[in-house]
Amino acid sequence: MTSLQRVQEKFSKEIIETHAFRGDETVILHPGALRAIAQFLKETPELDFNFLMDLTAVDYLNFGECSRSARFEVVYHFYSLKHNHRLRLKVPVAEENPEIDTLSDLWVSADWYEREVWDMFGIRFKGHPNLKRILMYEEFQGHALRKDYPFNKRQPLIGPMN
Amino acid sequence: MSFMSSASNFFTSKVSDALGWARKYSIFQYPFVTACCGMEYMSTAAGHYDVDRFGAGFPRFSPRQSDVLFVVGTISHKMAPVLKTVYDQMCEPKWVVAFGVCTCTGGFYDNYATVMGIDTIIPVDIYIPGCPPRPENVIDGLMKLQDKIQKGEQSRTLYDPRTKIGRPTHLQQGYTISQHIKNIESPS
Repeated sequence: MTSLQRVQEKFSKEIIETHAFRGDETVILHPGALRAIAQFLKETPELDFNFLMDLTAVDYLNFGECSRSARFEVVYHFYSLKHNHRLRLKVPVAEENPEIDTLSDLWVSADWYEREVWDMFGIRFKGHPNLKRILMYEEFQGHALRKDYPFNKRQPLIGPMN
Repeated sequence: MSFMSSASNFFTSKVSDALGWARKYSIFQYPFVTACCGMEYMSTAAGHYDVDRFGAGFPRFSPRQSDVLFVVGTISHKMAPVLKTVYDQMCEPKWVVAFGVCTCTGGFYDNYATVMGIDTIIPVDIYIPGCPPRPENVIDGLMKLQDKIQKGEQSRTLYDPRTKIGRPTHLQQGYTISQHIKNIESPS
């Protein structure tokens, strides 16, 4: 029984879609179920996803034919050091109120990843202990990796605008 | 009287020549290394190319003890105030070398994060473009810097991106993403 099947069995209602292209197991789920599923992934002995490898986001603005219902998607990559298996979670996040639950209390590494996603995409993480910019400076306006941020717009701290 | 004045001119010019000669062979450099150019800087500094042959083999990691600021690698807008502070902390006379194309013009980093040439923040004496520049290129730049030190010349001006004054012309024709998009949208 793969980890994807275990998650599907337990959370059939909260899951929007799944796929497993060449063994890359992916679960797309409703934002409300994120914490429950994450806790399940971490605490079930057969899954034991003790390593959050990556946490990032995608902005699907002007994505053409593949346009999504929600503008953003937060992506989690989990890995189990014990069982050597992986799982990807994707959570759609709406543009109007880009907010999602934090996982920083379950995986400590999520702390900085979530700060990065807040910095670059402006997605807030409910319950994060210290949600402030991590890469850009505090004076920076806007979020640089949003597709509607002009790609060469600069906000210099010193020196001319160039 | 005229003899005396010309004699004193003769001696001052001799003294400044001697000072220049002494300074150019005892360059205490401050390597401000931020990115991949640092690797090329290290290979230039190490035994194979050996900048010690030019009297520049002694990096100081304190700006107050150094004469030449080597800015090696991309400078981001977050880093820019730090670079300016380091430059201000250096004692006169001081020189600045822009090492690598990112420090000269911003290179291909035409984005929200990167300073488009450190000469918009601090005056630059020698530009060594290249991504990264080869050690031969660096040594060529170092020898040009030695000529400048010998003559007692120092750059005092910043580059103004609006008037395009203060940067060598061949470094003003950098190809940026915004130009690329402009060329696609309206080919000349």
